[in-house]
Formats: sequence, C-alpha cells, structure tokens
Amino acid sequence: MAILVDQDTRLVVSGITGREGTFHSLRNRDYGTNVVAGVTPGKGGQDVDGIPVFNTFHDAVRETQANTVMVFVPPRFAADSILEAEDAGIGLIITITEGIPAHDELRVYNHLRNGTSRLVGPNCPGILSPGKANVGIIPAQFFKEGNVGLVSRSGTLTYQIGNELAQRGFGNSTIVGIGGDPVPGSSFIDMLELFEADPETELIVICGEIGGSAEEEAADYIEANVSKPVLAYIAGFTAPPGKTMGHAGAIVSGSKGTAAAKAEALEAKGVRVGRNPTQVSEIAVEILGTRV
Amino acid sequence: MDLLEYQGKQLFAKHGVPVPEGRPATTVPEAVEAAEDLGYPIVIKAQVQIGGRGKAGGIKLAKDRAEAEESAKAILGMDIRGFTVHELYVEEASEIDEEYYAAIVFDRSAKKPMVMLSRMGGMDVEEVADTDPEAMRMLHVDPLLGLQDFHGRRLAFESGIAEDVVRPVGAMLAKLYDVFVKEDATLVEVNPLLITKSREVVALDAKVTVDDNALFRHPDVAEMRDLSAEDPQERMAKERALTYVKLDGNVGILGNGAGLVMSTLDVVAQAGGRPANFLDAGGGSKAEAVTSAVEVILSDDKVSAVLFNIFGGITRCDEVARGLIEAFEQIRPDVPFVVRLDGTNDKEGRALLAEANLPNVHTETTMLGAAEKVVELAEAA
Repeated sequence: MAILVDQDTRLVVSGITGREGTFHSLRNRDYGTNVVAGVTPGKGGQDVDGIPVFNTFHDAVRETQANTVMVFVPPRFAADSILEAEDAGIGLIITITEGIPAHDELRVYNHLRNGTSRLVGPNCPGILSPGKANVGIIPAQFFKEGNVGLVSRSGTLTYQIGNELAQRGFGNSTIVGIGGDPVPGSSFIDMLELFEADPETELIVICGEIGGSAEEEAADYIEANVSKPVLAYIAGFTAPPGKTMGHAGAIVSGSKGTAAAKAEALEAKGVRVGRNPTQVSEIAVEILGTRV
Repeated sequence: MDLLEYQGKQLFAKHGVPVPEGRPATTVPEAVEAAEDLGYPIVIKAQVQIGGRGKAGGIKLAKDRAEAEESAKAILGMDIRGFTVHELYVEEASEIDEEYYAAIVFDRSAKKPMVMLSRMGGMDVEEVADTDPEAMRMLHVDPLLGLQDFHGRRLAFESGIAEDVVRPVGAMLAKLYDVFVKEDATLVEVNPLLITKSREVVALDAKVTVDDNALFRHPDVAEMRDLSAEDPQERMAKERALTYVKLDGNVGILGNGAGLVMSTLDVVAQAGGRPANFLDAGGGSKAEAVTSAVEVILSDDKVSAVLFNIFGGITRCDEVARGLIEAFEQIRPDVPFVVRLDGTNDKEGRALLAEANLPNVHTETTMLGAAEKVVELAEAA
C-alpha cells in the first residue's frame, strides 16, 4: 500500500515535449511509473521516446485511460492545463510548475473544491511511492519502501529529512510534496487523512515552514482525527518578518505565521517537533525503534 | 511587489475609485510646481513603503508657495523608520468629516478574498482590532462569483457607517474589488476612506501589493518597481535570477531549495552563528549560477565565513563544485568556506574539490557538522 501513486497510476504529462517535461517524464518511466501519454496542443500524433502525444486531455484519456496528470507547463498556461485535466475527468492532478499567479490558484482551488479531482501542488516536487511509482522530480535513488509517510511544503528539505531517516534505516510508504505556494491544492490535513487510512504507514512526518496557518490547522486535525504517531519539523525560525523566503508562501506577516508559533501549536497537541533535520530522525527512532 | 501610495492611487483612478487630485515629485521645484498647478491648500506626503508617515513628520499641509517649498525641503531625504524619502506626492487638501477603513486581503486560510470595512479609520488598524473587534466587519467572497452588491451593502450596514453614505461606500468596495482582481493584487487597503464635509467618498490613502508572479500580465505595474528602495545586494541577486534576502549577521549562506536554505539558517543560528543572508541557488543549479551566487554573498562586506549546504536532487554536486572552483579563480575570496555536498554525484563533487585544493575551503559531510564548523570559523575571523 501507499497513497495517491502506485502500480495502478496511468500518467499523462502536460508539457511532455518541453525540455524539462521530457527529461522528467522519461526519468519517471525509468523508475517504473506507467507513463501512458503526453499532452501538447498542436503536437498530437507525435511521440516522446514512444510515449504518444495528444492535442487535448480528452483525447489522451479516451485513448489511454490516463488517471493521473503531471503538469509541467510554464506558469501562465498552468491554470488552463489543470482545469482542462479536471474537465477530462482526471482524478489526480500533480502540478510541478512554480510561479503561478495567486489569483489563478484561487480560481482553480475554488473550482476544484466543488468537484472530485484532487490537486497536489503547485510548486511542488511531486509524489514518490518507493518501489511503486514516482511522479515528479523527487530523486528516487535516496528512498526505499517502508513505513514512514512524509508530507512537506518544500522539495530539497524533504530530501534532506528523507535522507536522515534513510540513514537510520527507515523507508517510506509515500513522500508527498504539497508545495510552497500560498494556495496549495492539497493541505497537510488532506495527506494526514490518507496516511491515517493507509495500513503501510506507521509514522507520519510533516515538514512545514513559515507563512500561513496550515501547520496550526494540521495540529487541531491531528488531535481530533489521527491515531498514528505524527512528528514534525518547521523551517524558518530565523526568518525576518515581511520578507518572502524563496517560496511565495513563506512569509511572516506581523506576528502570524512564525515558526515558533507553529511549533508551539503542534507541541500543544502532542506532536513532537524536531529542531533540525537530524533530530527528526532521532525522534523517529524513539517512536518506532531502531532499524539499523 | 508593494506600490507607493501614488502608484496605488493611479491604479485606483484607472478602475474608477475616487481619489483626490495629485502629482508625484522627486525634487523641491517639481513639488512647488505641482502645488501651484493644483492650487492651495495642498498636502505634501512622503512616499515610502512604511506606515506611520504622519507621526514621523512625513505629511505636511501647505497653504501657500513658501510653505510648500519649506515642507518639500523638510520631507525629501528624511528618514522614516529606516526608509529614506526619495519621492513626494503633492495632493489637494481634503476637508475631513469622517474617516473609515476598507481593505481586501488574500485570506490564505479560507482560500478566498476577504473584504473588510470599519467605521474607525485613520488610525492603526491592528489597534482597532484589539480594542474594539466589533468595529471591524469582514466577509469572504467566492472568487468564482466575485463581489456582489449585497456584500457591499451588508458590510456597510453592519459596520454602522452613516446611512447617507452606505450606497457610495458599497460602490467603492465594488471598485476596489475590481482593482484587487484585475490588477492581480494580494492586498488593497484604504486608510482612511474619507467622507468629506460635502459627504463625498474618497480614498485618501492607498496601499496596494501586486503579485510578483502575475507581473507578466501587468507591464505598466512592473515598471513601477522602486529600485532605489531595494537593497543593492538584493538587486544584484535579482539581476542574476537568484533568490537572495539580506540579513544582518556574518555567516554567508548558499543552498539549493527554499526550504533547505531556511533550515540551514536555523541550524547555523542553533550553532550560535548569525546568518548574513538567505540565498537559494535554485533547483538544477549550474556552475555559472554558483559563481554569481558567491559574488553576491561576498559583496556584503560583513560576511566573514561562507557555508554551502547542498542536497543534490536535480542539482548535481559536481556542478556545484565546478561553480565554486570557477568562483575561486575569478574572485579569489579571502574568507573561509565550509562546503557540505550530499546527494546526486556527491562523491564526484568532493573529489573535484579535493583535487582543486582550494585555499581555506573545508568540506563536511553533515549539515550539523558544517554549521558548527562555519560558526567556529566566522567567530575566529
């Protein structure tokens, strides 16, 4: 078991003919992901190393029964691509694109909320279920199958923490990047719900950062709904207020959104918070026992 | 991107929000000329991206040419809480009867725009929210539907503003919402929203933040960027497409990925050091990007040691190592470097560094070890 992506994933890639799109589509396929199609308007009928390209998502779904999309198009085209994928009935929309205008994200989020498609991202590294499927840009070579579910707002920090856990012998059920934008399609809460229901997952690690209130909301949700142990890390204790720290969503406004407030909110609900990535793996050992 | 008051008012005027007539000026003669054209009394206002201008003496009334000249002289070049005044806004004076507050914000938690109205304007809005929370009325708008007339009406009635201005205030909220959506703003704030003696409704101030990611749709707004207000190092980084935020310590920091860099700053602080900057060299960092990043970091002369913290995913550690070697050839830094390379091609990267045998470069294998080492070196410098 794993969550969201596995052997049943049939992936269509939006923007497959672009340089990055091609590179990562083939990388995902090499890992074992079933990449069934690509979509680039005007390039229907071509193929990318044997993967058929279609003009529309509707064609791709009809011809290949794609059930998951990875969006790799430039920011100004991304909202349109997400909405088209949803219109074609694709249930899981994983958006890697960084820099989508906030108002586009607002419209997409509020529209998708009324339907059944799930958006993960934008501005995220994707989803990896080790040994099963990799959708996105996560470097899969550092991770193996296991019982730790990991969900994060940041890419490279996920690799750092995942790697610290791996060095202590832990593997992962699934690693999900929910992205660093102000309006993520999926929240920590959405992923906590899925990991709680996933029999393979025995420990959930959430990796947050400054800005917004997603970690505080997750803390309340965990207390009420999660029976599995949850461990957290928050980046940005030294971030000054009013400055965007690389991610559009990582900004401390006034006294709100600070790392200290988030850690406090989580600890108040019984969630242990590691003060650095190494400490996270040390606490994981305390919770699950030694694996090496 | 935060706009200056007069820039925000230009966007207001474009969407039909009533604003007093005014002109920007960057010199005293320009300000006097604007005042003469507008007719007295006028108000001269410092254009800086910080609140509390009035209290700091950055807003002055002038009744004639001599007063206009004197006020313009006094305000230009003034320091307001760390911001130097480079621009003035000369505006016709308004006769104030009542002062309200209106704002549209991007509510990340609800993931909807939130419209706010208060009958208590002209003062610090956070203070109002603390002392009299009932005075601030707010409601969410479905971004797929947009602001409806009833939203404006409801806010106007519930906030207890004077009945004769309920309709025009509602109309102004609708126009402010147009600014918010059509200009891709993430914040539109009017404080005070003025009711004049003749009961006209006017936006006397304007605070507008436009989404940087949407500037491609707004070339006119993109041109408003106030380069003089930006830190020179931050500007240099922007020109090289690097994400850099200047801080006030002495440990220069470079990493790949925003989250990892934030975490690196924290770990350096935990080890007792003070980070000099946030610098994200980005995913897939190439050698040239690393070389320019080193230049940006070292352009801050407070930096006494530099930490490279790289976890290679898409980024290849051998590329980073090549960039660093190149930077040493070009710049010949005189401060120590601590380099931690982990992930994709880390062995190749470390081998390249060992071979190059750069002066004063220390390699570490863990993030914590690297942080402790760089703090030790920075303190010794």
